[in-house]
Amino acid sequence: MSNITLVEAVSLALAYELKHDNDVVVLGEDVGINGGVFRATSGLAQEFGTDRVIDTPLAEAMIAGMTVGLAAQGMKPVAEAQFMGFIYPMIEHIVCHAARMRNRTRGRITCPLVIRAPFGGGIHAPELHSESVEAIFAHIPGIRVVIPSSPSRAYGLLLAAIRNPDPVLFLEPKRIYRLHKEEVIDDGEELPLDMCFELREGTDVTLVTWGSMIKETLEAADKLEKKGVSAEVIDVATISPIDMDTILESVEKTGRCVIIQEAAKHCSVSSEISATLADRGLYSLLAPVKRVTGYDTIMPLFKLEKKYMPTTQRIIDTVNEIMELSS
Amino acid sequence: MTTVASFNVEYKQYLSPAGELVGDITPDIATDFEQLKALYETMVMTRVFDTKAITLQRTGKLGTYASSLGHEGVHVGIGSAMNYEDVFAPSYREYGVQFCRGVKMSEVLLFWGGDERGSNFSGPKHDFAWCVPIATQNTHAAGAALSFKLRKEPRCTVSVIGDGGSSKGDFLESINAASAFKLPMVLVIINNGWAISVPREKQSSGETLAQKGIGGGLPSLQVDGNDLIAVHHEVKAALKRAREGGGATVIEAITYRIGDHTTADDASRYRDKDEVENAKKLEPIARVRRYLMNNNQWSVQQEEQLLERCKRMVESEVKVYMDTPMPPVTDMFDYMFAELPHDLVSQRKFAQELDK
Repeated sequence: MSNITLVEAVSLALAYELKHDNDVVVLGEDVGINGGVFRATSGLAQEFGTDRVIDTPLAEAMIAGMTVGLAAQGMKPVAEAQFMGFIYPMIEHIVCHAARMRNRTRGRITCPLVIRAPFGGGIHAPELHSESVEAIFAHIPGIRVVIPSSPSRAYGLLLAAIRNPDPVLFLEPKRIYRLHKEEVIDDGEELPLDMCFELREGTDVTLVTWGSMIKETLEAADKLEKKGVSAEVIDVATISPIDMDTILESVEKTGRCVIIQEAAKHCSVSSEISATLADRGLYSLLAPVKRVTGYDTIMPLFKLEKKYMPTTQRIIDTVNEIMELSS
Repeated sequence: MTTVASFNVEYKQYLSPAGELVGDITPDIATDFEQLKALYETMVMTRVFDTKAITLQRTGKLGTYASSLGHEGVHVGIGSAMNYEDVFAPSYREYGVQFCRGVKMSEVLLFWGGDERGSNFSGPKHDFAWCVPIATQNTHAAGAALSFKLRKEPRCTVSVIGDGGSSKGDFLESINAASAFKLPMVLVIINNGWAISVPREKQSSGETLAQKGIGGGLPSLQVDGNDLIAVHHEVKAALKRAREGGGATVIEAITYRIGDHTTADDASRYRDKDEVENAKKLEPIARVRRYLMNNNQWSVQQEEQLLERCKRMVESEVKVYMDTPMPPVTDMFDYMFAELPHDLVSQRKFAQELDK
């Protein structure tokens, strides 16, 4: 057991699978000797060799295309998109091939691959290093989209993603890469890829979130508690497929729901959750479903990024608003 | 001034349009008449199939179809040079390669007939399916080649691209990958002169497309793509070098797209009839026939028998295609994932009920 950060848990899971499955290879830009720009692959090339932890030429489409090719021939590649802002050249391979290979060939060829990408704002990075575009991928049939929000969930979910026989996009909330440490047992135990995690029980309102907004959401729940509002907090964790049953069950109990995401609001994961609540949970609701999100603007450079991202106070205000509406 | 590197691109032709051996060497295949006759038969079969497929489309029995007319030499040349355990990463009209590898005509028809089951084809289970997005098959081939290298298997990948596709990033990135990782791979640019309506000279002002391989550090050459012997010989040599650890090769095969791009296209809108008529004089099947006949290896009677055999074979494959029942509606759910995710269970059930 070790007390580690989220990014160290990513590294620990990669090391576990590299050690236990010879078909696993890690590839990407700077993932080798340098250990990745965020150190998510730190020490792996030294431990497993440069045939297993592979520095590639600087070409994202090529990385994704080769990852599809490796997976189609029975390897289990784990590729890194250095930042989610650089994932766009990879999209053709993710959407047109990784997602479709099994279906296209009626099961003859499969694509057991993982593409990892750090995402989200709040680290004072240059342009295109801070967006949250998980909804683009959640819309695509044939791929799973997973977002861990704690060291132990990063470890267990990444193990499951690598072992899954189908393609998984594994999005790592980089703002909380080193936010806190947690005891993680390196026992190779995976977590399910189709379940929400209930992080806190409550009775008045359900706060639904994922990724780095877990931090502000839990803070808001703590503060609300002191004011006598009991908030349940759900970490969605798997954006696709999304575990709506757990969310609906919680809303049935609390009667109120606020969805918190860093991403822009329009056509986002929160839109899907809201629509499903309207469809399947309307009669449980005591108040309108509310969303606390980024603006539908281009993510600003870092001088304004804190003003773009949802804050703890915005979450508290929104909860108070619907509590008043329905008291 | 110092020249730090210099390059040249060789052009290889061993069988002239007149059916005579030319060039500085005589490749083994040129004197192995039994194999040559078998390859000739596959070329003819491919053409008979192609003609039938167009008829099926014109009579509403097939969707849009991409003809391989005129490409039989380059396709069969590639297919016959590969080993079974090698991997082929096609574009979407290389039926001649695939017939050499055991793919059935009925499966090609299923694919163009709008049925995914066509891509679950016979032949090597590890071959890639038809690839509609241009050039992405090239980087898949690079990934497959890397898997062989990592596993120390003596296997290679062969991928193809058109003259138009040679303008795409994935093609160039795959050359770069093959060079950086020294991959066991052969990339064949099937330069048929036209990318739908855009002629070769609008893709690049480079003298050859092969030289794009040289830019990436790979040995690269041009062959007469209408010369079965040249394609077979040069692809085989490149595969041997790749299998022995010598890395990848780029081969530009010059041929001509005698037909329309697909059945949805009308090439008379953008190219001269004369150009097509001239190209027909260089087409690949006639010259092999002339060569075989010049060497007393083939007769008019054998030709008639072959055509009859091809016709029967194609008819029987068309029957298999036409008799294939509709896939169940649930097929669109059942091959998405190894295990159906919970959110799809109710949609699957709904589609099934609706279809009753």
